[in-house]
Amino acid sequence: MSRPATELIRRGVARAGIRHELDADGWLALRDALAEEPELDFLGLWAEEGAVHAAFHGPDGVLLATLPVTGGAFPALSPARPAAAWFERAVADLWGRRAEGGTDGRPWLDHGRWAVTAPLSSRPAPNTSEPPQPVFLPATGPGVHQVPVGPIHAGVIEPGHFRFHVQGETVVRLEARLGYAHKGTLGLMRGKSPRAAARFAARISGDSTVAHSWAFAAAAEAALGVKPPPRALLLRGLMAELERIANHLNDWGALCGDAAFAWPQARCGVLREGLLRAQEAAFGHRLMMDRVVPGGVSIDIARSGPDRLRAALAGIGDGLPALRRITEEQASLQDRLSGTGVLRPELAARFAAGGFVGRASGRDFDARRNGAYPPYDSLAFEVPVLQAGDVEARLAIRVAELEQSLALAETLMARLEPGETLVAPPPEAMRAGEGVALVEGFRGDVLCWMALDEAGLIRACFSRDPSWLHWPLLEAAVEGNILADFPLCNKSFNASYSGVDL
Amino acid sequence: MSEPPENASQQDAAAKAPWPSLRQALSGLSWPPMLLPRLTCNLLRAPLTESGPPVPEVTVAALAERLEAASRARLGRSLAIRHVGSGSCNGCELEINALSGVVYDLERLGLRFVASPRHADVLLVTGPACRNMTEAVQRAWQCAPEPKWVVAVGDCAVDGGVFRDSYAVEGGVGQVLPVDLVIPGCPPMPGLMLEGLLALVEAQREDAEPQPGPLRNEPEF
Repeated sequence: MSRPATELIRRGVARAGIRHELDADGWLALRDALAEEPELDFLGLWAEEGAVHAAFHGPDGVLLATLPVTGGAFPALSPARPAAAWFERAVADLWGRRAEGGTDGRPWLDHGRWAVTAPLSSRPAPNTSEPPQPVFLPATGPGVHQVPVGPIHAGVIEPGHFRFHVQGETVVRLEARLGYAHKGTLGLMRGKSPRAAARFAARISGDSTVAHSWAFAAAAEAALGVKPPPRALLLRGLMAELERIANHLNDWGALCGDAAFAWPQARCGVLREGLLRAQEAAFGHRLMMDRVVPGGVSIDIARSGPDRLRAALAGIGDGLPALRRITEEQASLQDRLSGTGVLRPELAARFAAGGFVGRASGRDFDARRNGAYPPYDSLAFEVPVLQAGDVEARLAIRVAELEQSLALAETLMARLEPGETLVAPPPEAMRAGEGVALVEGFRGDVLCWMALDEAGLIRACFSRDPSWLHWPLLEAAVEGNILADFPLCNKSFNASYSGVDL
Repeated sequence: MSEPPENASQQDAAAKAPWPSLRQALSGLSWPPMLLPRLTCNLLRAPLTESGPPVPEVTVAALAERLEAASRARLGRSLAIRHVGSGSCNGCELEINALSGVVYDLERLGLRFVASPRHADVLLVTGPACRNMTEAVQRAWQCAPEPKWVVAVGDCAVDGGVFRDSYAVEGGVGQVLPVDLVIPGCPPMPGLMLEGLLALVEAQREDAEPQPGPLRNEPEF
């Protein structure tokens, strides 16, 4: 099979051992080559001072391409990879580098409310203009009207604005305008040691705190050339599986709740609360925030931890059959979930959708298996895949994964041997370097890239939540559904707002 | 911040809930239909909902001072809460959502979440004061009718937390709204949040029996 884009990137000049640098012509050629190689998955695009980086997932894992950028613009990749559009808008907003020929030039993260423009560029300029009115993509036709929702929503969720164009009850076009939760996380990470900056990674998306911390830590460890101890890896795996279980339970309950079926929500809530309390007993924090750090884990599991966790997991295992039966057998619930918010497999593949979004639409990818990073390289588990792509399929994937994770958590606990849980960073002279990591969180693969300077401080870092690829797909999946089904569709994707707003 | 010891023992009780063992015991009997054991379980087992946390008197006194007697009479012993996300990492939202569940069940205590700030007595604000949210947060506050409280939930809302030095953040929620009560933690435990909200309810009740007050004025908006 010919892989023109993969080969083109590999021919680039090797940088820092993990990137391939292309010149301007090479980057333009890459755009054409990408169109000829649709199977090369696009993971993300970001910038730093003097360069733009793009990440792909190729036959041998993560593949990074770099273009040195001195002027104010660089050739866009979005014509060949539509998922790149959101990234290109973020690069323009944060680093002030415009994607020439891009499919969408509108600002996104920058709402015109900061004191500066291009805050991550070397010379941020003072912002002197009034916040502009947002521009939405149009939809025209007889009787089409707009429904604006947010940034503050009726439920307890994060801020974001949804602009619906509807015709009667039917959604003609949905556009998500996010960026409200932009906290400047990437800027705060710069100039800090990985250990100090880990607390920002842990707060990119609170529900994925373990996954983001792990990806961040793994990137830092790759940059520093250190290996975390085996016990730390097992504990990371355990925490990641617990996080997956807690979130899948949450989504399961909330999906049924959004369909006005309260019983599963109540049951899932009880089981989840039991797990969160066991997590607090085991790791000292209900969400296990700040537990995964560069070099290992910051806290060993409490002596009583495994028993508490086993009791909570056993409770979940006992509760699953009834929950599953009732979810699957209630006609009124199935009526709402089945056939709603269909994401076509072609789109999921084109956007390299991860997690339950991709796997419910036929994309057989799981970083735990495809990347086979420890401890998953020695664990047996199944990756459920469905083709239907509707809300029901995304729920079914979660339920199947929940069962897998219960078994994985048990295995990981059984394998725990006494030992070190944290290694020290190498001597200062050896701290410069770059690393990249891909870790499977509950909603999909989390990518983190990090560059350290000679002092071992972060020169640049980018954490990509899977939601970057899921938000545009949600917009597509909602099309043609009734407006009243949007909460269901939205919950079934459960994309993170904070995770992309950074 | 840790929960009071009373809660800790309850947590243990919840961890080893009584129903599986009871169910196992009953299922050992050779009664034919499934109904009887399940019914017996449901009748005999303790409720999943825990008793509410005790409320610190100092907090109540301080809050009562901030609320005029008239307001107290008008609000009575209930609070309508509107959550406003000001840019949190969504950790606080996870714990706030837990309050609505069976275990904490905040509605039995006179607290409930409402869908609009126009129906709210309390704005429960999470996250640092992100500049991209300033206008929306302030407009939500303007929409809420008087008397109203602002509760800053989580370390970010208290003072900006780890994000306080960012170009994109004003600091804590107090930078953009008048804050009445702060509930620290990253994120705060649900029990602690419940404690804080109950302190508000108690503060309203002090010295004044609820009287049916005049209709609230429409906000000028």
